[in-house]
Amino acid sequence: MNRMRNLFIGFFATFICSWLGLVLAPHIQFGGLKEYLNEDDNQYLPPARTGLAERGSQVYAANGCIYCHTQQVRPAHQGYDLARGWGARRTVARDYIHDRPHFLGTMRTGPDLTNIGHRQNSVAWHHKHLFAPATVSKGSIMPPFRYLYRKQRIVGAPSPDALQIEGPDAPEPGFEIVPTEDAKALVAYLVSLNRMYPLPEAPVDQ
Amino acid sequence: MPPPTDAAERAYIDRSCRAPVLFFFGSALFWLLVGTFFALVTSIKLHDPEFMTRAPLPDVAKFQAGGSLNANPISMQDVGFLTFGRFRASHLNAVAYGWASSAAIGVGVWLMARLCRVPLRRPALVTTAGVLWNIGIAVGIAGILAGQSTSVEWLEFPPYAALIIGIAYAMIAVWAVDMFASRQCDHVYVTLWYVLAAFFWFPWLYATANILILLKPVQGSVQAIVNWWFGHNVLGLWFTPIGIGAAYYMIPKVIGRPIHSYYLSAIGFWSLALFYSWNGGHHLIGGPLPAWVITASIVASVMMVIPVVVTAVNHHMTMRGHFGMLRYSPTLRFIVFGAMSYTLVSLQGSSMAIRSLNKISHFTHYTIGHAHFGLYAFFTMVMFGCMYYIVPRLCGCEWRSAYLIRLHFWAAAYGIFFMIIALTVGGLVQGLMLADPAKDFVGEIVPMTRPYLVGRSLSGVLLSIGHVVFAYHFILMVLQLGRREGGPVYFNPVEAEVRP
Ligand code: HEC
Repeated sequence: MNRMRNLFIGFFATFICSWLGLVLAPHIQFGGLKEYLNEDDNQYLPPARTGLAERGSQVYAANGCIYCHTQQVRPAHQGYDLARGWGARRTVARDYIHDRPHFLGTMRTGPDLTNIGHRQNSVAWHHKHLFAPATVSKGSIMPPFRYLYRKQRIVGAPSPDALQIEGPDAPEPGFEIVPTEDAKALVAYLVSLNRMYPLPEAPVDQ
Repeated sequence: MPPPTDAAERAYIDRSCRAPVLFFFGSALFWLLVGTFFALVTSIKLHDPEFMTRAPLPDVAKFQAGGSLNANPISMQDVGFLTFGRFRASHLNAVAYGWASSAAIGVGVWLMARLCRVPLRRPALVTTAGVLWNIGIAVGIAGILAGQSTSVEWLEFPPYAALIIGIAYAMIAVWAVDMFASRQCDHVYVTLWYVLAAFFWFPWLYATANILILLKPVQGSVQAIVNWWFGHNVLGLWFTPIGIGAAYYMIPKVIGRPIHSYYLSAIGFWSLALFYSWNGGHHLIGGPLPAWVITASIVASVMMVIPVVVTAVNHHMTMRGHFGMLRYSPTLRFIVFGAMSYTLVSLQGSSMAIRSLNKISHFTHYTIGHAHFGLYAFFTMVMFGCMYYIVPRLCGCEWRSAYLIRLHFWAAAYGIFFMIIALTVGGLVQGLMLADPAKDFVGEIVPMTRPYLVGRSLSGVLLSIGHVVFAYHFILMVLQLGRREGGPVYFNPVEAEVRP
């Protein structure tokens, strides 16, 4: 019985070390960060997300965008991210306080999206790209997300948010392609991704 | 050397494991086939994004516009459950929880019975846990395909599925403690430490991660470190101990001589427990966390060289003079392949944690290659080897065909070799091109990776062949269609003096 107790104490002790170090300590140290109030323009950073963008982040999660896109900008000494124009500064813990779940990602089959809303803020572009990536970015291997769009019959005037598409993806005459609520939310989320603002712990002119 | 037992006692203990262990092996192979299907389709989608995006469904728009179903018959419509992101998550979870974990539980349960020298206690508990486990995985994968993935890598199952899996796992952990407490031997062989520790650590890991990321989420960056503390420990404190523990049992068993050094195995075990658990932060090098967290993980990753080299030396010295037996024994060949891969992949892993290399390898297919190196070339091969040893002892008949085993081995060995080469080389080129801001992302880097991704799909076909062959062979065994005369199956006729 002693033998058993000693073994379990060993299992427990080794493991609790890492639990304290990699779970508890980080949570205590930077698990309670608050927004930073920029005195100049009275803006809270990072800005809170709108309801639609928040819902869009769930669409982002459900469809596995993280398997090809990261949302983190490494400092200049730890990678090419800044050199590629993916951000104005490295990202820090405070940038992610609104994220549930986190979308840091591990793979860059596609470009980093930390600041995609700054690089590309055209809603129409995003819809067209999500619907058929290769038509906007020749040679893209991003999957088409056509199922987030709906084909409907044009009644009276075409809908203002109907997609302008030609070629094989175009709908039959008399029909149009419009974004579903999910697609609208996703694009609202994408254009909200903008972490170009400076933070005290991460000034932009680094 | 595992504790001496006589043949009759062993046969008695083996028989007591029969139903639960075969149930875990059978479901493991089922999920292996499912996971392989997801893998192949996902892999093809990555170089050919239009592959399998549509399913036959009625054209709703035309239907709503007043058409009848007859006028607008079923046509191919885009659907969400076939998208890359959901298939990718289904693949990972089917192979990690469905295949690898079920195989690990089956092997672990059998090893515990053998090493505690008691017939399996509470078989109904183990089997019930197995049924729950399978339900959890099926529900989880259905959830992912339906668009309820949590999008947290290694934890994609929606919380309701994770709960079922957690309960099933807790049942196994309780069973393991009970089994260990009623053991009939004083000596606790090294394999038993590994298996017991793994059964103890995993539920803790799984519960912490699910609670802190999904149920009561901590802030974003803390989620990330909890995510990778968990993700890496699934490998380090769950698959690795079971794989290494199994190798510590099987190698001496098959070649019939004791393990080289008890002392080395103790160092190997405790240094693994201490260092591996700290590795997770190396997935976040350059990420939005304080430097100390990352640095601690880098140090621990490099320290992993100690348990790895110690274990490799121990296994090698045990095998010394007996490498000739790799020509005969299927179990030994799979397990030694796995054990050698463990050494290589771990050293590779330590190197990938070094900042200057990580700068290039991070976020590329190089990492995916590394993951398959570990989970397939090491762990999966060891599990195959164990099954070749255990299944005949449970079914009471021998594998039918040396040819089928050989086919399985070479399909798996070549398949995983080519996959690692394609992803490693492709990933390195990708990383080096990314590091040069003059290289255009869509125009140059994306087209460059495509041939490597096609290569990966082809290697996946080889792996699939091996899996189908093995599953077929396994079904024959369960149906009692194995051979009953002539002793165990060897790859080559065994000369008298090497027959173990
Ligand atoms: C199979 C990998 C893959 C998946 C999954 C994927 N993408 Fe992409 N993505 C790419 C690639 C490759 C590019 C670059 C080519 C292009 O612009 O289409 C890209 C580009 C983008 C861009 C433009 C980036 C820029 O800098 O111009 C956006 C925005 C984007 N993806 C959003 C998404 C969203 C949202 C999802 C999930 C619904 C998603 N992606 C899923 C691979 C992927």
